[in-house]
Amino acid sequence: MSSDAKALVAGHAAFAEGLVSAVAQITGQGEQFVTMTNTAMSADQIEQNMRAVVREHAIHVIFTDLPAGSCTIAARRLLRDDSELTLVTGVNLAALLHFMSHGEITSHEAAVSAAERAKGSVLVVGTPGGR
Amino acid sequence: MGVELYRIDDRLIHGQVVVGWGQPMRLGFIALVDDDVASSEWEQELYRMGVPPEMDVYFATVEQAATELEKWNADPRPGILLTGDIDTMARLIGRYPDIRTVNIGGLHHREGRGICLRYVYLTPDEQAALRSLQQQGVVVTAQDVPSARPMALEDVLEHGRK
Repeated sequence: MSSDAKALVAGHAAFAEGLVSAVAQITGQGEQFVTMTNTAMSADQIEQNMRAVVREHAIHVIFTDLPAGSCTIAARRLLRDDSELTLVTGVNLAALLHFMSHGEITSHEAAVSAAERAKGSVLVVGTPGGR
Repeated sequence: MGVELYRIDDRLIHGQVVVGWGQPMRLGFIALVDDDVASSEWEQELYRMGVPPEMDVYFATVEQAATELEKWNADPRPGILLTGDIDTMARLIGRYPDIRTVNIGGLHHREGRGICLRYVYLTPDEQAALRSLQQQGVVVTAQDVPSARPMALEDVLEHGRK
């Protein structure tokens, strides 16, 4: 993945902005990610905004927060028209950190790897009454 | 149980519906009433993929929904019926007058619409259509999420005049 390749992070309210701000705090970098919110937008507006952002920043990977969310629905509409795009839904901080640390692999491969990292980063620690 | 919420929401199936309402209601099914979606397998798959496997999704035209509502309302599980606009809900009520309450969940900004609430924008014609529903005895309120206070139509329209 080239170092200037960008990904879009999209979600409810300030989800994307917050997640990318956490990336920036941890790594000192966050420019690799463009953010958008679905706040106060209809489904059509979300799709139009997403298309514009993807076009403007030559995005190949879209991260969204919730499988049922309107950003995910919009992203899947974009994927229908653009076979170069990859969507990862259910994104978390571990996924973004992993995505941006990848070397020279394709955006799609980096997205797949980030999704695996996201799944593996959700842990349950402790049991009631236990130690 | 059956359909417990008749909701107008231009995003149709999305996070607020599936999670925001779905979890506290222990939602068993969603009936999406939209003539375009009902005629497109691809659109149906798009919306179905966002819904947890334990939740059923039914797609119907207005005509089909008017027929199916008896069955949906006999379902022991709670459900939500969704339309993407006021006209579709009004046409459904015209064919199934037992619908007595309508929730406005999200009608967002577009050309010709004025703001009433941060999630409700209406044209003058849409305002008139909602008033007409109310005059038919349908209680119309706006409420985006279950934790919000439902707002009566008169108050919603009053906000739009300010």
